[in-house]
Amino acid sequence: MSRVEDLRFGVVTFPGSNCEQDAVHALRHLGYQADYIWHQDTDLNGFDAVVLPGGFSYGDYLRCGAVARFSPVMAEVVGYAESGRPVIGICNGFQVLTEAHLLPGALIRNKGLKFLCQNVHLRVEESVCKWVDLPAGTVLDIPISHNEGNYICDEETLAGLQENAQIVLRYCEPDGSRLSGGSAPNGALDDIAGICNQRGNVFGLMPHPERVTDGVSGSKAGSVVFTAIATYAREVAGR
Amino acid sequence: MKQYKIFVTGKQGIFDPAGETARHALDNLGYIGIENLRIDKYIQLDTSDTVTAEMVKEMCEKLLANPVIEDFLIEETVMTVAEEAAEQTKAEADE
Repeated sequence: MSRVEDLRFGVVTFPGSNCEQDAVHALRHLGYQADYIWHQDTDLNGFDAVVLPGGFSYGDYLRCGAVARFSPVMAEVVGYAESGRPVIGICNGFQVLTEAHLLPGALIRNKGLKFLCQNVHLRVEESVCKWVDLPAGTVLDIPISHNEGNYICDEETLAGLQENAQIVLRYCEPDGSRLSGGSAPNGALDDIAGICNQRGNVFGLMPHPERVTDGVSGSKAGSVVFTAIATYAREVAGR
Repeated sequence: MKQYKIFVTGKQGIFDPAGETARHALDNLGYIGIENLRIDKYIQLDTSDTVTAEMVKEMCEKLLANPVIEDFLIEETVMTVAEEAAEQTKAEADE
């Protein structure tokens, strides 16, 4: 593994975010530098990657992520993402990315109406995502914690995601298989748990890899997401 | 003064679990024949006359609705001076 300590992550904090400390802790545990970016800040200089964390930005009012999308920092995040720099949105962060049109589709209420807080099995798919560098078919065990994680998009968008290898993670059974009726506990279309943009630098996922990085909660399965991006982040930064 | 009533509704085919649950509850209460029940959003804007329907449409497209999953319908009501005065009197009486 390449050295990571020269890379600095910025973790955006919106009013109502509640996973930003977990993200900073996880990143520092993995050896990165990590600092908070307040939602009113507009300077992303000096950050090699940006994290939009989980939580309930602006109380989830109107729609999850709908108000956060218009935070001053988000205009900068859009430009940052479009220039190819790495951006990851976890849970509420994923919802913000879809509202900001950095990722297609939307996340609606879980099918069973329940807030789901549990470990799930995720199958790594063959994708262009820069954040995941694992053989397709690898099964990860990572927790989810959300009320609106039911991914949805129109048929044309779904076909595009499939053709361009933008589906990064799918909910699956422990052996990596998928049930004919769907393996997504939240009802997500095509069992989608995480997608990326066409370039692969913007990644959104409902599961919380930052919660399983240091082993304290029983697993380090989420580390892979944050370690894989190091090479790409350094490349884009020109180092 | 103007009033805009905005109805934000889930697009056709977007599953509405809350609506489906309420429909089941009505079934259990013995109300038969309800084939579909949707729970959607109603937003009301009270504005000055300078706010146009075009602006409200833009607000819906930008923020109030998500075109990926929702449609919206705007109803505009312009209050006459007399209606405005009546509204004012009513508000004062309520206080």
